[in-house]
Amino acid sequence: MANVYHLRTPLSEEDVRKLRVGDTVYLSGLIFTARDAAHRKILDIIDRGEQLPFDPRGLAVYHVGPVVRKKNGEWEVIAAGPTTSARLEPVEHEFIAKTGVRMIIGKGGMGAKTAEACKKYGAVYAVFTGGAAVLAAQAIKRVVNVYWLDELGIPEAVWLFEVEEFGPLTVTIDATGKNLYDEILENARRKAQEILSRI
Amino acid sequence: MSLSRDDLRSFLVELIRVAETRLPVDVYESLRRAYEVEDNPIAKQHLGAILKNSELAAKLGKPICQDTGTPVFYVEMGADFPLRAEFYEVAREAVREATKIVPLRPNAVDPFRKKNTGDNTGRFVPWFEVELVPGNDLKVTFVAKGGGSEAPSTLRMGLPIRGVRNVWETLLQAIVEAGPKPCPPVVVGIGVAALSDQAMALAKRAALLRPIGERNPDPEIARLEEEMLKAVNELGIGVHGFGGKVTALDLHIEYAHRHPATYAVAIATNCWALRRATGYITSDGRWEITSKHITG
Repeated sequence: MANVYHLRTPLSEEDVRKLRVGDTVYLSGLIFTARDAAHRKILDIIDRGEQLPFDPRGLAVYHVGPVVRKKNGEWEVIAAGPTTSARLEPVEHEFIAKTGVRMIIGKGGMGAKTAEACKKYGAVYAVFTGGAAVLAAQAIKRVVNVYWLDELGIPEAVWLFEVEEFGPLTVTIDATGKNLYDEILENARRKAQEILSRI
Repeated sequence: MSLSRDDLRSFLVELIRVAETRLPVDVYESLRRAYEVEDNPIAKQHLGAILKNSELAAKLGKPICQDTGTPVFYVEMGADFPLRAEFYEVAREAVREATKIVPLRPNAVDPFRKKNTGDNTGRFVPWFEVELVPGNDLKVTFVAKGGGSEAPSTLRMGLPIRGVRNVWETLLQAIVEAGPKPCPPVVVGIGVAALSDQAMALAKRAALLRPIGERNPDPEIARLEEEMLKAVNELGIGVHGFGGKVTALDLHIEYAHRHPATYAVAIATNCWALRRATGYITSDGRWEITSKHITG
């Protein structure tokens, strides 16, 4: 039976280890955005032994390239639905290990290496409705900060957001290493073979 | 009264704005139908969010999705359209202006030097497909093509001896490989042609320009479209890959006569947020958006 949780950052290991695939989460607190370039940037900084400009431990990382606008000197988030997480599969396990994030939010799923890291370090991967950009923007109450904006540009910079009841997020990989998409995609593959054998 | 560059630019900016913020009625209706028939609770939850988001975007005049896409113009240019030489430049101006005011996310990146141009224009961006037609009007369909649904595009140069099996195999493999990544439920376009680029271009037209629920005018192809749509939905990938009845909202086939030695098959997908708008402008500066969109 799937459960609904309302969680707040910083997330503890206990918070995330109790989640199971198919559960729904509403998240409040601090999340930071990181797409392809930002993952590289953050890992490079950590590998060089330098300090990050913010503390990622216990936060959620959100795979997104938002549409933002500056209004009266303040940043306004117009649209912020998730980007395809699969592009980050090669580095996400390292990212989880080195940053201490406890939730990865995105869409489209992630793979075995990420699932392994979720199990080892205590983290989950959750999906927000792809394309529901206005709904996401509504949950973002404040832009706390933005990092490396000139270097990376608006979609790829790291944005630190304060969110309230951001969701519904569907837990797709849990801290037991289970991946909700594995079974569905395996069935799809089998069904495709079946259909082709009928032609 | 005659057509000015300002008229043309205003028309194109409004066309872009409507496409980006207000879902077409045919797309919205098919999502509503999907919500009604879906009984997988997670899929239904995400369909509900999709509908709510679309309604909110239309009501608030905000972009439906944060990936405001690569700008593509499908143009039927009247041979006597007064601003035919200036069209490309004015369209680029319109994209820059729309980027500022809608606003759009800057999505034009140099693949070698990595710099984002900041205004959605650049080398071969916007992308234009222009047909010359008789008359002095200009008809345009603007499509915002998102990257997420573009990434799983597939081209396969099939073996002619395998015939239509080439299409079945390419289609099913592409949809399974794509899985949840293109934000299902998707609209699928299939192109079959002599040339590789032809197949891809036809697949894109089939996916982006054909109304949802409309069948190919050729009854044999229409039957193939129905069979293939049914097969895609039998895969059970569902909304955002969470399983369920609706993986594809529709499937369209477009084809060209092929070369005896080639059987080019291309699969194009668009996500549920099919952002397209159509309109025309006359040589005396009158314009109208003719496509139907939700008002939120």
